[in-house]
Amino acid sequence: MSVKTPSKLEKILSEGHLAVTSEVGPPRGSDPEEVIEKANLIKDHVDVINVTDNQTSVTRMSSLAACIHIKQMGLEPMLQMVTRDKNRIALQSDILGAASFDIFNLLCLSGDHQSFGDNPKGQNVHDLDSMQLVQTVRMMRDEGKFLGGADIKRPPKLFVGAAANPFADPFEIRVPRLAKKIACGAEYIQTQCIYNLDKFEEWMKLACDRGLHEQTYILAGVTPLKSAGMAKFMKNRVPGMDVPDDVIKRMADTPKEKQAEEGINICIETIERLKSVEGVKGFHIMAIEWEEKVPGIVERAGLYPRPEID
Amino acid sequence: MRLTYPTSIKIVRVPCTGKVDIIHMLRAFEKGADGVCVIGCMEGDCHFKSGNFRARKRVEQVQKILTTVGIGGDRVKMYNLSSGEGPTFARYANEIHEIIMELGPNPIKLKKKQAA
Amino acid sequence: MIVADKKPVEEIIEYVQGCKKILVLGCNECVTVCEAGGKKEVGVLASALRMYFLNQGEDVKIDEVTLERQCDHEYLEEIRDVADEYDAIVSLACGVGVQFMAEKYHSVPIYPGVNTCFLGATEQRGLWTERCQACGNCMLAITGGICPVSRCAKRILNGPCGGSSNGKCEIDSNLDCAWQLIIDRLKALGRLEDYEKICSIKDWSTDRAGGPRKVVREDVQI
Repeated sequence: MSVKTPSKLEKILSEGHLAVTSEVGPPRGSDPEEVIEKANLIKDHVDVINVTDNQTSVTRMSSLAACIHIKQMGLEPMLQMVTRDKNRIALQSDILGAASFDIFNLLCLSGDHQSFGDNPKGQNVHDLDSMQLVQTVRMMRDEGKFLGGADIKRPPKLFVGAAANPFADPFEIRVPRLAKKIACGAEYIQTQCIYNLDKFEEWMKLACDRGLHEQTYILAGVTPLKSAGMAKFMKNRVPGMDVPDDVIKRMADTPKEKQAEEGINICIETIERLKSVEGVKGFHIMAIEWEEKVPGIVERAGLYPRPEID
Repeated sequence: MRLTYPTSIKIVRVPCTGKVDIIHMLRAFEKGADGVCVIGCMEGDCHFKSGNFRARKRVEQVQKILTTVGIGGDRVKMYNLSSGEGPTFARYANEIHEIIMELGPNPIKLKKKQAA
Repeated sequence: MIVADKKPVEEIIEYVQGCKKILVLGCNECVTVCEAGGKKEVGVLASALRMYFLNQGEDVKIDEVTLERQCDHEYLEEIRDVADEYDAIVSLACGVGVQFMAEKYHSVPIYPGVNTCFLGATEQRGLWTERCQACGNCMLAITGGICPVSRCAKRILNGPCGGSSNGKCEIDSNLDCAWQLIIDRLKALGRLEDYEKICSIKDWSTDRAGGPRKVVREDVQI
């Protein structure tokens, strides 16, 4: 795949390196230091920093603003954009805004339902869905046109991705759905956190059988578990999350003070196993409010140092 | 078996408590009844399968409305018994009579009299 | 049909405080079928209001009328001669009926007696569920006859999202995932390959987004 954007992520992937991304959740306030601190914790160990967009529908500092702070630190942010909160005017407008700050990575999502967040009485928008947002960005970038048909002066140069959840139902359409996202123009995919490796490998194999791994870069999502309680919560309360019983048992059988360490061990073992799975081109480490653990995970998983890109 | 129950109670026969609608109970209060007691068959023994369950839900609705309009939801009550239980009927009749005596007269009956 | 639900009696009491003559006005169409605003519900509300005012020691006259429809001129005209006599009309019709009534009778305040909820079906007695959001641009032909606009919590046109779990929606484990239903149906029809057709960006101008809508049919106009 030839490089189409100035994205560092795209370069690393196109050169055949395993990419490493992680994420920063913007604060529930206006202090930029919180973003900067979190970014500083992981900056040397990841290629690109995802910035979540009002995740779980809880109001936070805007993803774009937080991305700009990270960009101004000389780092490479990835703007996450959900279709829940903005119509096509606002989405296109933010895409241009991001491009004006030379933000080169965009992840298109539909977003959790607002009933999970701090404004369950609010409206949702969903003027576009996540696939249609991918199409929109590709049209803006590749054709240099707005959805309305007019030309864009200095079209955005964004490396466009989408999410995939191999564990949601119905399983039979999970790979066809990935194919749809690729057909819409998703150049990379970040997956939901993987705990059920057998199921992930099954999904990955079906994707490879269709040749989808050659049409997009798939980054496997991992989240270190902090405790047995978190494992149970993820299994029972987070929609579309698959935490097998043996993982829960392993956490629960570990003494409480050692559970965090065990969670990190599981995470590293997961990365090690997934490295050899055909089609996995990198890792997306979502250490939820646990950014300080990312460097250790990256180092112990043999993903450090990160490749130097001009 | 000659059982006695309070003479204050007027019996309205219906084919099934499922026939008793919200409006029937409300009308009784509007016309000055101090209380309404719906007596259905034992739960699970309804000839029409779920008539008495429906009646119970309607009684609950009426309780809500009566509370809202200031008459008091306690004035309406649902009981279940089988047709052979004469003594139980008499006991329930006495019980609702006691409840109503304690609650006193339907307030709108008094208001109507004052207005007249 | 248009599905509505009864408003709490206390809310209606608030609206009509101070009125001396009130008309409770039902509608014989949808709200009768969904048991929120037909003749029977008119009777219950009127009875409750009468008792409330009596208990307050207020002399308020409450009448009951149920019209065939409240969304057509002809039927609304039936109360032309009496409407002005009332201090308030509580309409148990859907939001359409309440407004049409208000447009016709300017001197009487019209209050809504129900909450208009959605376009839906009677799944079983006492259970009504949404089926349509009147987007004005029906796409049921490509989704196996199941509507993602009204039945997916995120109205995702290329679903399901990552929150679909055991056939249920992420927001409520009792709510069917519309996309699971669509996929099941496409499969039953032997059309699962249609799933991979990408649904293009929707024209929402025929939805409420385009402003108040109208349908003009010159062929049936007089």
